Amino acid sequence: MVSPSELKYTKDHEWVRVEGDTGTIGITDYAQDQLGDIVFVELPAAGTAIAAAEKFGEIESVKAVSELFAPVSGEVTEANDSLADSPESVNDDPYGDGWMVKVRFSDAAELDGLMSADEYEAFIEAESA
Amino acid sequence: MASSPHPYIANTDEDRRRMLDAVGVASSDELFADIPLEFRIGGLDLPSALSELELTREMADLAHKNVVAANGTASFLGAGAYRHFIPSTVAHVVSRGEYATAYTPYQPEISQGTLQTMFELQSLTCELTGMDVANAGMYDGASALAEACLMTCRITGRERIAVHSGVNPDWIEVVRTYAFGPGLAVDVVGDTGATDQHACLAVQQPAFLGGLEDVWSLGEAARAAGALYVAAVDPISLGMLTPPGGYGADIAVAEGQSLGWPVNYGGPYIGLFTCKSDYVRQMPGRIVGRTMDLDGRTGYVLTLQTREQHIRRERATSNICTSQQLVGLAATVYLATVGKHGLRTIAETCYHKARYAAAQIDALAGYSVDLSKPAFKEFVVGCPKPPAEINERLLERDIIGGLDVSHLVEAGMLVCVTEMNTREDIDRFCDALAEAGR
Amino acid sequence: MTMTDEYVSLDPQSDPSPAGVGGKLTFDRSSSGRKGVVLPALDVPESPLPDERFLRDDLRLPEMAQNEIIRYFVGLSRLNYSVDTGFYPLGSCTMKYNPKVNEDVAGLPGFAAVHPQQPATTVQGALELLYELQTWLCTITGMDAAGLAPAAGAQGELSGILMIKAYHQGRGDSARRKVLVPESAHGTNPATAAMAGFDVVSVPCDADGNADSGFLAENIDETVAGMMYTLPSTLGLFDREVGRIAEMLHANGALLYGDGANQNAFLSRARFGDMGFDVVHLNLHKTFSTPHGGGGPGSGPVCVKSHLAPYLPAPVVSSEGSGFSLTRPPKSIGKTMAFHGNFGVLVRALTYMKSLGGDGLRHVSENAVINANYVQARLKSAYKLAVDRPCMHEVVLSGSLQKKRGAKTLDIAKRLIDYGFHPPTIYFPLIVDEAMMIEPTETESIEALDAFCDAMLAIDRECTETPEIVKSAPTSAPLRRLDEATAARKPVLRWQPSA
Repeated sequence: MVSPSELKYTKDHEWVRVEGDTGTIGITDYAQDQLGDIVFVELPAAGTAIAAAEKFGEIESVKAVSELFAPVSGEVTEANDSLADSPESVNDDPYGDGWMVKVRFSDAAELDGLMSADEYEAFIEAESA
Repeated sequence: MASSPHPYIANTDEDRRRMLDAVGVASSDELFADIPLEFRIGGLDLPSALSELELTREMADLAHKNVVAANGTASFLGAGAYRHFIPSTVAHVVSRGEYATAYTPYQPEISQGTLQTMFELQSLTCELTGMDVANAGMYDGASALAEACLMTCRITGRERIAVHSGVNPDWIEVVRTYAFGPGLAVDVVGDTGATDQHACLAVQQPAFLGGLEDVWSLGEAARAAGALYVAAVDPISLGMLTPPGGYGADIAVAEGQSLGWPVNYGGPYIGLFTCKSDYVRQMPGRIVGRTMDLDGRTGYVLTLQTREQHIRRERATSNICTSQQLVGLAATVYLATVGKHGLRTIAETCYHKARYAAAQIDALAGYSVDLSKPAFKEFVVGCPKPPAEINERLLERDIIGGLDVSHLVEAGMLVCVTEMNTREDIDRFCDALAEAGR
Repeated sequence: MTMTDEYVSLDPQSDPSPAGVGGKLTFDRSSSGRKGVVLPALDVPESPLPDERFLRDDLRLPEMAQNEIIRYFVGLSRLNYSVDTGFYPLGSCTMKYNPKVNEDVAGLPGFAAVHPQQPATTVQGALELLYELQTWLCTITGMDAAGLAPAAGAQGELSGILMIKAYHQGRGDSARRKVLVPESAHGTNPATAAMAGFDVVSVPCDADGNADSGFLAENIDETVAGMMYTLPSTLGLFDREVGRIAEMLHANGALLYGDGANQNAFLSRARFGDMGFDVVHLNLHKTFSTPHGGGGPGSGPVCVKSHLAPYLPAPVVSSEGSGFSLTRPPKSIGKTMAFHGNFGVLVRALTYMKSLGGDGLRHVSENAVINANYVQARLKSAYKLAVDRPCMHEVVLSGSLQKKRGAKTLDIAKRLIDYGFHPPTIYFPLIVDEAMMIEPTETESIEALDAFCDAMLAIDRECTETPEIVKSAPTSAPLRRLDEATAARKPVLRWQPSA
């Protein structure tokens, strides 16, 4: 598993792709692998305010439910509605088609608290050891 | 000589000796060493074991102390539990140990019998009710209604439940029991009673007292209040009556006992539970879905399990983990046996017999029935004397009369007529009523 | 026959075997004009039908001949594994033999045909039976009163927790918002506490699956309504500290709820009431042998100490002078079902108890515990034990050693199917890695246990020698492993006519 170097990561295994004052959020390859076959993703509608480290959605595999935690605060500008029909995208392409929401940051400084790809990989290595 | 303590326990003293040796203890008492001394007891003050012959005699003696509708005794009791004809196919399938002694189908490779019949029941229930999706069953109709009301609160975020006054009072009480925990309010309302505070309006068709409700305008009242519309129905009536899917119900529930299951002094029964497909993830209970195995063969599995207690724990849609599977199997075999035309025949037979009985009774001196109101198989008889008194007289003539509902309708008796009541029974009932009313 | 009909009959899903695996449902087998039963002709004059809008148009139900119906459902039954056909060591589910006499008794017309709305004078036999069962259950649990209304274990739990809520409210104490639930508990416990409107506080467990007493000492206060406690624990162990936990709760005004789903482990050895429990529910379909039915019906009576008796779910059976009657406890939490509980199941349970008698019930716990310990003794050389000490009615193993060799617990479970056994409960309790929970029950013979243990040991060897065989199991069952992910992603929950 290679974590794309241009993304920022959280200890809850979410990633953010920063594009100016907005960003795209998803879960990492490691997270999807741990969860197994994803069968359902519940996401907030556009316009919803989300807060860093707080729950913004849920992700379900056949026999587990996990909460999705926001890496940063902001307002949801778009949710990935295609996951309703093809939740398997999260397994197949976690950094691409499996994205979850796009947000407009309310405090871009929060991004500084997130991990780089190298830091994240060291983190999961330590966690699974 | 080696001996086992009871036919239900296979191992003999000698077997136990070998097993204890293998475990490495001298006596079974050592295996109970974790029970603190102060709590250990030497036995229970209970009667001794009975042989199978003594046992069946003793239980049959108890059974004989009950009066039942058989051997010449007629019954006109309904009010939530109904005597209907049960075809011979039902008991023969349901009594098979392969169905009766299996557990919940957690291992689908060796549970396709249970799973496929659950899928059948979901399908049959959808066809019957005209609804999108069904689960595999709840405890009974009343608890299904209660769970339906809780479900509407989850969907709408509202904390008041409106139940129409025509709903079975026992069912309303079960709704109140379930609402007590989460602190939801339950309001019993009239025809226009739902407000924008209510998560739902729950109605019953036919109503508890037998009449057909204007379920269309009740549904409009619910929608106008932004509330969901919940309907409780009699599945036999759906052989002829418009199903809840036909009048816009968001959730529909039913007591499934009428479909091939004896009245059993009140249980076990099965609650049928259906909803619109939008709400499937808020549905309580077991749900079976179709899929394929590794070789591409069609099979069935428990699905959408993340709603349930064993996965979502305190955030589950309900704590329920049974689907009353065996009762559901009876309903499945029943519907397959009576089939498309049989269910209509049964429904129409109930209807015509009930109308016949109602007209005959209305003609009796001192008795009255409101024949102008459309009904299905039950109706209220206004009696010339307290219904309890009349029922005692009927019993002397081997007739179990209707339910005393004088607390709801003055001198009212709720009478039920089904295909089980012959014309002769009905005429005898009328004669006995006439005599008891004098 | 039209072309369309012919096409349907050639559908690849048409049944490959008489059993109908993956085959056609009743709807697909339907043929217009067939009938399964004849109904009597109408013997009264017809009346005008209600207004047209009350009447439905079509009703899409199957039309099948009677022998087609029987072959279909009998064929399906043969795809099921059951207690009647084999050893079923499903932990915490107590899949013991279901005596046949219980079925005969419950089917007596004098029980099955009793209508729940009949006047008390006509149902004295049924009421006497229920009263007697209440008495037996109180004696067995050491409690003061019993309510038989709850339809299942989960509803018994809900009744018990609602009683605790009503009890505190009745004393004017509404500050108690929390219920403590050990993390080793069944999922029903936290789900129940949440349904009753409580905040669930998860209690960490020690390695034995017992509640962490340090955590309890810190967290039991005047905001706690009660604690739900499973005894024996889901690790199959009897918590020696249970008396002290009851004292801690009571000292703080909180109550102790017992999940008695596995009372079979210490029947006639110890009683919930003596240990300080205030309320306990029992699962008659586990301890008292009523059949599980493939997922119900069960029955979950609640037994309580006298201070909770006024709150019991309605109705209960009372005995006064000349006869028995259904009564409503004065402060009842209300009805949990339309009528009086799952009577048919209650009849079976009392029949079972009377067959065994007081002494027989003691043999039940003794043999259940010996059987579990025997399985533990035979398997502990190959499988890691969750806890290495004598167990009660069930033993929890871990498949962690086998997982390192390439086959995980799920694979071992599926491979057992090929050996002709139902798998144990797996991945529960959550606190044990790769858990396998084995409950043999008292009804199984040493030969059945040996055959099962031999299979488990053979599979352990396969995990080393031929792990691929274990991972691709089962191959001898009616179906191979099923795709549960697709089932959940694209739910197909009912039959639809082919397009």
